[in-house]
Amino acid sequence: MRFDTPATANPIDQLKIIGQPVDRIDGPPKTTGTAPYAYERHDAVPNPAYGFVVGSAIPKGRIASINLDDAKAAPGVLAIVTALNAGKLGKGPRNTAMLLGGPDIEHYHQAVAVVVAETFEQARAAAHLVQVRYVKADGQYDLAGAKNSAAKPDHGKPDTAVGDFAGAFAAAPVQHDETYTTPDHSHAMMEPHASMAAWDGNKLTLWTSNQMIDWGVGDLALTLGIPKENVRLISPYIGGGFGSKLFLRTDAVLAALGARASGRPVKLALTRPFIANNTTHRPATIQRIRIGATPDGRITAIGHETWSGDLPGGRPEDAIQQTRLLYAGANRMTATRLAVLDLPEGNAMRAPGEASGLMALEIAMDEMAEKLRIDPIAFRVMNDTQVDPEEPQRPFSQRHLTECFRIGAERFGWDNRLRQPGRVRDGNWLVGTGVAAAFRNSPVITSGARVRLDGRGTVTVETDMTDIGTGSYTIIAQTAAEMMGVPLDKVVVRLGDSSFPASAGSGGQWGANSSTAGVYAACVKLREAVARKLGLNAADAVFADGQVRSGDRSVPLVQAASDAELVAEDAIEFGNLATTHQISTFGAHFVEVGVDAATAEIRVRRMLAVCSGGRILNPKSARSQVIGAMTMGVGAALMEELAVDKRRGFFVNHDLAGYEVAVHADIPHQDVIFLDEADPMSSPMKAKGIGELGICGVAAAVANAIYNATGVRVRNYPVTLDKLLDRLPGVG
Amino acid sequence: MKSFTYERAKSPAEAATAVARTQGAKFIAGGTNLLDLMKLQIETPAHLIDVNGLALDKIEPTSDGGLRIGALVRNTDLAADPRVRQDYALLSRALLAGASGQLRNKATTAGNLLQRTRCPYFYDTNQPCNKRQPGSGCAAIGGITRQHAVIGTSDACIATHPSDMAVAMRALDATVETVRPDAAARRIPIAEFYRLPGDTPQIETVLQPGELITAVALPKPVGGTHVYHKVRDRASYAFALISVGAVVQRDGTGRVALGGVAHMPWRVEAAEAAMPRGAKAVTAQLLAGAKPTHENAFKLPLVERTLGAIMAQARS
Ligand SMILES: Cc1cc2nc3c(=O)[nH]c(=O)nc-3n(C[C@H](O)[C@H](O)[C@H](O)COP(=O)(O)OP(=O)(O)OC[C@H]3O[C@@H](n4cnc5c(N)ncnc54)[C@H](O)[C@@H]3O)c2cc1C
Ligand code: SF4
Repeated sequence: MRFDTPATANPIDQLKIIGQPVDRIDGPPKTTGTAPYAYERHDAVPNPAYGFVVGSAIPKGRIASINLDDAKAAPGVLAIVTALNAGKLGKGPRNTAMLLGGPDIEHYHQAVAVVVAETFEQARAAAHLVQVRYVKADGQYDLAGAKNSAAKPDHGKPDTAVGDFAGAFAAAPVQHDETYTTPDHSHAMMEPHASMAAWDGNKLTLWTSNQMIDWGVGDLALTLGIPKENVRLISPYIGGGFGSKLFLRTDAVLAALGARASGRPVKLALTRPFIANNTTHRPATIQRIRIGATPDGRITAIGHETWSGDLPGGRPEDAIQQTRLLYAGANRMTATRLAVLDLPEGNAMRAPGEASGLMALEIAMDEMAEKLRIDPIAFRVMNDTQVDPEEPQRPFSQRHLTECFRIGAERFGWDNRLRQPGRVRDGNWLVGTGVAAAFRNSPVITSGARVRLDGRGTVTVETDMTDIGTGSYTIIAQTAAEMMGVPLDKVVVRLGDSSFPASAGSGGQWGANSSTAGVYAACVKLREAVARKLGLNAADAVFADGQVRSGDRSVPLVQAASDAELVAEDAIEFGNLATTHQISTFGAHFVEVGVDAATAEIRVRRMLAVCSGGRILNPKSARSQVIGAMTMGVGAALMEELAVDKRRGFFVNHDLAGYEVAVHADIPHQDVIFLDEADPMSSPMKAKGIGELGICGVAAAVANAIYNATGVRVRNYPVTLDKLLDRLPGVG
Repeated sequence: MKSFTYERAKSPAEAATAVARTQGAKFIAGGTNLLDLMKLQIETPAHLIDVNGLALDKIEPTSDGGLRIGALVRNTDLAADPRVRQDYALLSRALLAGASGQLRNKATTAGNLLQRTRCPYFYDTNQPCNKRQPGSGCAAIGGITRQHAVIGTSDACIATHPSDMAVAMRALDATVETVRPDAAARRIPIAEFYRLPGDTPQIETVLQPGELITAVALPKPVGGTHVYHKVRDRASYAFALISVGAVVQRDGTGRVALGGVAHMPWRVEAAEAAMPRGAKAVTAQLLAGAKPTHENAFKLPLVERTLGAIMAQARS
C-alpha cells in the first residue's frame, strides 16, 4: 500500500481497541521469566558451547603476535578464532570499525579473539591465557584538542545558511554567544549484546538481540561473505537497546565464527565491561550557540555549530538538526564539524543528535530569556513557527508546541514561579523550576507484515518488527484487532524473525507508526480476501464483534477460513508527504529540583512532560516510553558521562558501578500528558513517535531548574555538585 | 576466573591455619567483593576457605558495656539491631548508606572492612596498577581521579577505601579482634588497622597472612547526636564522593571521621578539639597537608560544607 495522500476516515478511527490503555501482552511472560532472551534459548539447540571475547588492551596500533598455546591447552577449549584464522571478513555499511580486529587495532576493547569452550567458565579462564603482543601507535582521544582539525563531513547537510546570519547577529540589540559541552554517553541497557549461532551446512541461524532484523541479516551476510538467504535472525525479545542494537555487533559475528570453527552451536554474551569500549556510544559534543534578538524578544539571528569526533570513516553527532526547525528567525546558520578520534565507535543513541543538540539549545534559550527579562515560556511561544524556517513554503503537518507549554504551565503551576534565581528555600534545599521544549522529527520507513486468519478465528500477525521493551507486541495486536473486528485475545503477534516480512524495525522513533501502518496495510488486504471469500462487498464491509457485515448480511469472520487459512501480506510505503510537509513531534518538559545548600547535591523533585505526538496508540505503553525517556534525561543531566582517559585512550568507567545512571531513588513523581490529536499526514494510523521525543529537552529543563534554584549556570554536562559548589552561599 | 579449590572451615583457628598452609589461599565470607574480583582475575586465589559456617554471627554485650559484633554478622542484621540503632546510630546509618538491600543481606562485617578499592584502573587488568600488580605503576595518577583520595596518598597509589561502615567504626573507636594461624588472638584498634599506601599499596591492613577476623568490638556508647552524611551524584547505590560521620555532643564537642578521602577511613583526633569553633577550623586540621588532584580538589570544600551542615543540624 502506498501512502501518498493524507489519511481519511478508516477503521482505526473507531478507537475501540487502538487508543486504549491495554496491558502489554508480553508483560506476563516477561515478569514470570518465560519470555526467553537470546542467551536463554536453551530449547533452541542442544548442547551449545560458549564463546568469550578477548578485547584489545591498547586503543590504537597493531598486533605484533598472538600466542594461543596456553589458551588452546586449557581445559574444555574447542576453538579459538582470531583475524588470522577467521577467513576474509567484510564490513557492513553501518559499522565503522571491524568487529574482529587485527592486525590493525582501531579502538580499545576491539575484539581480537574469541575463545570457544565447553563451559562459560572454561572459555573465560582460557581467554585470560591468550597472549597478545601489541605495538602501540599514537592516537587522538581528546575532542577539545582535536577541535581545530575537525573537518566538514562529506555527507548529509553539514552546513546551512539562510539570510545574513553574521550581519543580523552583529546588529542584534540583545546577543547571546556561549559554548556548551555534552559528554560521551553509554546506552547501558539492561541486557548486554548476546547471540547464539548454529550452522546447518552453509546456513546460519542466529538467536540474537537486535533492533533492526533486516539490517542485521544483510550486514552479517556481508561480514561473513555469505548470501543473505543463508542467514536467519531470530530476536523476539530484547532487553533494551537504545540504539546500541541497531547494528550488527561483535557478539553476532564472533558467535557465528566460533560456531563455524568449533562445529558446535555457540552462545556468547558481551560482559558488562565490554559495553562501553567494545560497542557504540553517543559521542561527546562541543556546541556554540549564538542567538540575536530584539529587546521585545523576537529572534533575528540564530546560529548553532557543533563539533564531535569519531573513528576515521565515522559520522558526526548531528546536534544542530533541531535548531534548523525549532524557532523562527530570518537569519540562520548551522555548521557540523567532525574530528578524527581513536576512541571506540560513536553511533546512534536514543534521539541521536536531537538529545545532544537540545541539551545545549534549550539552555541557551533560557539564558536568552533571562537576558531579555522575558518568561522562558513566553520567549519560546513568541518565536514559534508553523513553517520550516529555512523553507517557509513548507508547513509543519501539525505543530502544537505552544499548547504543550500552555497546558503544562497550568498543570505544573508555572505562574507561581519566581524568575529571580536562588529565592526559594525548603529546609536545606534550594528549590527551582525549569522548562524546555521537546522536539523530534517523526520519520517513516517502509514496513511489511503478513496476517493470517485461521479456522478458529485467530488472527496471527507476522513481521520482523522488534519489541525492545517499547510495547510493539501490544500496539500491533491492537491494530490487527481493530482492523479485523476481533477482541485482543483472538490476535497472536509474532515478531523479530527474519523469515517474516521486513519491517521498519525499532529505531529513530519510527517503529510504532511505521510498523502498525504496515500491519494496517496487510489487514486491508486480508479484509478484502475475507469479503471475497464470503461474497461480501469489500468496500462497505464492517468488521466488528467477530462478524463481517455488509448491507443486511452479517457473517461470522471465522467462516471465511472454515476450509483453509486465509493469508495476506503487504507493506506500507510512504510517498512524499514528509517532503512537502515537516512531520514532527513536540513537547514541553517541566522540572522542579532541589539543590542541597551545603553539599550542592542535586535531586529532582517533580517532573511533567506534555507531549504532542499524533494519535497515541496505547496511552499506557506510550506513558511508559515517556517516563523512561525522562528518566534517561535525568541521567544525562546529572550523572551520565563516559570518562575519557585522554592519555590511555579509553572510557575508564566501563561498568555500572562507574557509569552511573539514574536509580529509583533519583526519580520522583513523573506526570505525562498527551494532547488528544491525530495527524493524517503521518500514516493511516495518524500516529507518530514518542519514544525519543520523551528524552529531548529533559536535561536542559533540569539544568535550567538548577539555575533557577541556585543562580549558577552550568554549561558542561553532567551538572554535578563540584560544578556548583564554589558558587553557592556559605554554610553555617 | 582461575580454577580454585574450596573447603569449609570448622573453627576459627582451623580456618586461619588452613589459609596459612595453602599458598594463595583466601577466606570467603559473603563473597560480594571477592567473587567480583575473581571473575575479572584481579584476585586469583588458588584455594578458598569458606568461613560462613563459623559461629561468628552474633552480636553480644561486652563486659565493659560495649558490643561485640561477630565477623559474620550480615550488614543488614547489624544495621537493624536495636542496640546498634539506639547507641551506635552512626554505624547503622553508615551501613544503610552503602550498597543495596540485596548486597547488605550477604555482606559481612569482616568482609566489609576488607573490601578493596573502587579505583577504576584497579578494575581493568590492561592498565598498570601498583595495588593489583606491585611495581607496574599507577594509571590513575594523571588520569581520571574524581573519586580518588586527597590525603595520605603516595606516588604509588591514590586510591580510597570505599567502605561506609569502616568510617563509623573509626569514629566509634572500634577494635578488630583476630585469631592467627598459631591460634594467638589479638585486638587491633581500628586506628591502627589500616595502612596508608606508601610504596606498598597492595598491603592494606596490618593483618598477617592467615589472620582471621573473628569480631569487631565497640566500646561503651558515647551518646550525642549521630549523623552520617554520604555525598554522591545519585541518591542511592553509589560509592561516596565524600562521607562525613560525626558524633556531636550538646556542648559542641564530638568526633568526626571521613570516607572517600583517603586509603583508609580518615580521622584526626587532634582536629576534634576545634569542633566548638566550627567546621572550618576542624577541616583545616583534619585535611592539613591534603594533596588533591585537579579533578578532586572539590572534596576539600565539600568536606567543610558538609561538616558545617551536620554541626548546624546537631545544634538545632
Ligand atoms: C554493586 C556494589 C555496590 C556496593 N556499594 C557499597 C557502598 O556504597 N558502600 C560500601 O561500604 N560498600 C559497598 N559495596 C561493598 C560491600 O559492602 C562489600 O562487597 C561487602 O561488605 C564485602 O563483604 P563480604 O562478606 O561479601 O566479603 P567477601 O567478598 O567475602 O570478602 C572480602 C574480603 O574480605 C576477606 N575476608 C572475609 N571475611 C574475613 C574474615 N573473617 N577474616 C579475614 N578476612 C576476611 C576476604 O578474603 C576478601 O579478601 C558494594 C558492593 C557492590 C558489589
Ligand atoms: S590509584 Fe592505586 S588502585 Fe588506582 S591505579 Fe593507582 S595504584 Fe592502582
